[in-house]
Amino acid sequence: MLEIKNLHANINGKEILKGLDLVVRPGEVHAIMGPNGAGKSTLSSVLCGNPAFTVTEGEVSFNDKDLLELSPEDRSREGLFLSFQYPVEIPGVSMVNFMRAAINEHRKYRGEEALSATEFLKLMREKREVVELDNKLANRSVNEGFSGGEKKRNEIFQMAMLEPKLAILDETDSGLDIDALRIVANGVNKLKSSDNATIVITHYQRLLDYIQPDFVHVLYKGRIVKSAGPELALELEEKGYDWIKKELGE
Amino acid sequence: MQDNNNNILDEVTSGDYKYGFVTDIETEVIPVGLNEEVIRLISSKKEEPQWLLDFRLKAFEYWKTLEMPKWAHLTIPEIDYQSISYYAAPKQKEGPKSMDEVDPELINTFNKLGIPLEEQMALAGIAVDAVMDSVSVKTTFKEKLAELGVIFCSFSEAVHNYPDLVQKYLGSVVPYRDNFFAALNCAVFSDGSFVYIPKGVRCPMELSTYFRINAANTGQFERTLIVADDDSYVSYLEGCTAPMRDENQLHAAIVEIVVMDRAEVKYSTVQNWYPGDKNGVGGIYNFVTKRAVCKGDFSKISWTQVETGSAVTWKYPSCILAGDNSVGEFYSVAVTNNHQQADTGTKMIHLGRNTKSTIVSKGISAGKSQNSYRGLVKVAKRAEGARNHSQCDSLLLGDKCGAHTFPYIEIQNESAIVEHEATTSKISEDQIFYCNQRGISTEDAVGLIVNGYVKEVVNKLPMEFAVEAQKLLQISLEGSVG
Repeated sequence: MLEIKNLHANINGKEILKGLDLVVRPGEVHAIMGPNGAGKSTLSSVLCGNPAFTVTEGEVSFNDKDLLELSPEDRSREGLFLSFQYPVEIPGVSMVNFMRAAINEHRKYRGEEALSATEFLKLMREKREVVELDNKLANRSVNEGFSGGEKKRNEIFQMAMLEPKLAILDETDSGLDIDALRIVANGVNKLKSSDNATIVITHYQRLLDYIQPDFVHVLYKGRIVKSAGPELALELEEKGYDWIKKELGE
Repeated sequence: MQDNNNNILDEVTSGDYKYGFVTDIETEVIPVGLNEEVIRLISSKKEEPQWLLDFRLKAFEYWKTLEMPKWAHLTIPEIDYQSISYYAAPKQKEGPKSMDEVDPELINTFNKLGIPLEEQMALAGIAVDAVMDSVSVKTTFKEKLAELGVIFCSFSEAVHNYPDLVQKYLGSVVPYRDNFFAALNCAVFSDGSFVYIPKGVRCPMELSTYFRINAANTGQFERTLIVADDDSYVSYLEGCTAPMRDENQLHAAIVEIVVMDRAEVKYSTVQNWYPGDKNGVGGIYNFVTKRAVCKGDFSKISWTQVETGSAVTWKYPSCILAGDNSVGEFYSVAVTNNHQQADTGTKMIHLGRNTKSTIVSKGISAGKSQNSYRGLVKVAKRAEGARNHSQCDSLLLGDKCGAHTFPYIEIQNESAIVEHEATTSKISEDQIFYCNQRGISTEDAVGLIVNGYVKEVVNKLPMEFAVEAQKLLQISLEGSVG
């Protein structure tokens, strides 16, 4: 589904990703962990086509397409979803209008008719339940006045609406209390199937208690330096990232 | 990062003007220049009574003593008033009696503008007094309105058929001494619309006029007069587009509205005259004086405007709240792009007791444009219990444009409550990327955000107009998004 080969990327001339490789297949959950500044968020931004970053080398294929050739909106329409670490507020644009525009763009891309207002509202209702999102929030402007936890729930709600093939959760656990964390993780688990895949980017093991990864990767200095099963996350929790540094001979 | 964002915004905000075409209709234009002879010629061509000629000449004498005002936040090259022709009329042997007799070219023009005259009349129930250049070509639904005693006709017609009404109210709200452009209009005005709503009549349809500047190098000087008698109501729509031109065109209109006891007038404008090209060449110079007087107690005037066009806009639709408990409202969206300049706002003059006014102004600046809100709230000595709330928001797209707010407040009565709120915001690259990530293109994202931003104002427009206004906003900011 996703294959990253030797990916290099920089921002303002500073190289952040320095030859990253990763393969994700349908049905898999990958966790990417690593210390601050390792390039975790850069990876998600680059995959989604954030214009602030420049790819200088490497290849990324997604559904057998050259991902790096696609516009950010086409990457979304191809089924790539990013749950933002810091979801932005868009005053004046209601969640309903925003989601309706997004859904219908996705449908248009697949050659499907736009949803009627009734069908759309029904879909909204169904998907809201996945993350127990209050109706009041759905009627407000995008993320405006939402608490940190509400913003993250709203991200997963959008994920439920768009049903992506590959979802990247960028530090979705940061700023969540334990109840919100459980709701968000439950939401993600409900959406899991054998056809889609998830990349969980996180600093801590905590989220992985709820979302069980098949693979855990350690990202350090712009490259994946260690990959293993879920036990790696526990090991990291116990020994800290210094252990990795030591192993790398630093 | 910043550069990248600006590139995106540049791309989406550099759409071409969609309404640039010239209709090939035989036009009668008088030679350029402005002097007493020209004014006499205009007046005689229109077979006007002596009192009206005298009015024009008085205004002209006064205008000669004035200089073009310089206080607005606008950079305008010197205008040579002697190089402009002051009258152009489509040549027609006799007035059309039905649609079949209307010049097919003209009907074409309206169709290109998306105003199928017949269909619109039938479907929307709108009477369209279509102003093509300076002379009204067609007035519709007149008979139906006549049954109720509503008068809706071209200004020239009104001068001939209802001279007493015209003479009574002409210049009563905007006197010829008001300002430079008002004096000019009074001297040379060509045509426009006249509306009279009799006592107790609620006008059953929205009255609509499409103005359109068409002949090359012809200034246009429209004049609109609306009188709403006691307990009446009318909603009036004014919409404008103009064909593409290289030379600048001067436009100086006057709108006067008189609102009597318990009457209400709603005046809505969508203005989309040619703004000039991306490099700031060409475009309409739009200097308008619009004013309403709430003469009667419990009367109400509501101005709603969506301004997307013109190279230069100088316009302050105002409310004189003379009657006790009268209400004035001003809802405005002004969009400037490329090299457009707008200095627009309102004046709320509270004279009567317990008068209320509301101002909501939304400015959107893109490209290298300059967008200013200028507003006066004045509470006179005897205006006990006056209230005003003003809200002025500015939205910036890119970092080469400017937004300015110039509020003036003059209070002479201590019981007044006057509130002013202002905000400035910017569409950020993060917001655009967030939308992109959900599958929404940058153009559509800008459209969503802008339409969300102006919602409060656009909702005040009549339904058909609101749709048109949203389209215009998208066209003027994004190029091709429909």
